Amino acid sequence: MEQKDDVIGLQSTPLDVNAAVSDAGGSDSGAIALFLGITRRDSAAGREVISLDYEAYEEMATAQMRRLAEEARRRWPISRIVMLHRIGRVDVGQPSVLIVVSTPHRAEAFEACRFLIDRIKAEATIWKKEIWSDRSSTWVEGHGRWP
Amino acid sequence: MKVRLRMFAVLRERSGVSEMEIELVDGATVAAAMEEVGRRFGAIAELLPRAVAAVNLCYAKAGDSLHDGDELALIPPVSGG
Repeated sequence: MEQKDDVIGLQSTPLDVNAAVSDAGGSDSGAIALFLGITRRDSAAGREVISLDYEAYEEMATAQMRRLAEEARRRWPISRIVMLHRIGRVDVGQPSVLIVVSTPHRAEAFEACRFLIDRIKAEATIWKKEIWSDRSSTWVEGHGRWP
Repeated sequence: MKVRLRMFAVLRERSGVSEMEIELVDGATVAAAMEEVGRRFGAIAELLPRAVAAVNLCYAKAGDSLHDGDELALIPPVSGG
């Protein structure tokens, strides 16, 4: 069951790592695991990706993230979950997704954090479009690109 | 019956439609609805075989029946993270 102090959602403003760690912490948790996904510089045919544009089916992605948090809570003794994904323009080198999990001990924190990021990437209705230095753009598919 | 159709990412861009109402025969399946969308929007017909559907915020199967007022979303392969 989701706890009321979990922080889950999509946002168009930069992710605040310090605030997320502070939100996840507490005297009941001996471990906090944090995962940050960073937009990566990519290049092809003499051009570079300068930023990524994230789009989401927001109502569904948020519902999926809440269901994943509930599933994680059934599997591990989690104190708090912070799970935030960017939408809109994210420059290369900036975080696009942030997962913070606090638990009594470190093993569960790592496992739950890994579970959440793997499932978000595989299932959440979020897409990214690469914006290239020549101003062209390509939608990224799980395994390739749609021009 | 009427179903609210939503399209995202490459499907939204190429069809030029993010949201619209479509009329389907009562009890139409997800697969039938996707065929109808492919007929109406030729620009995305070749992409639809790689897309999946969601009905009322949950992933759906091709054989699932739609109901009046459902929200049908066409989901290209996701690429979050």
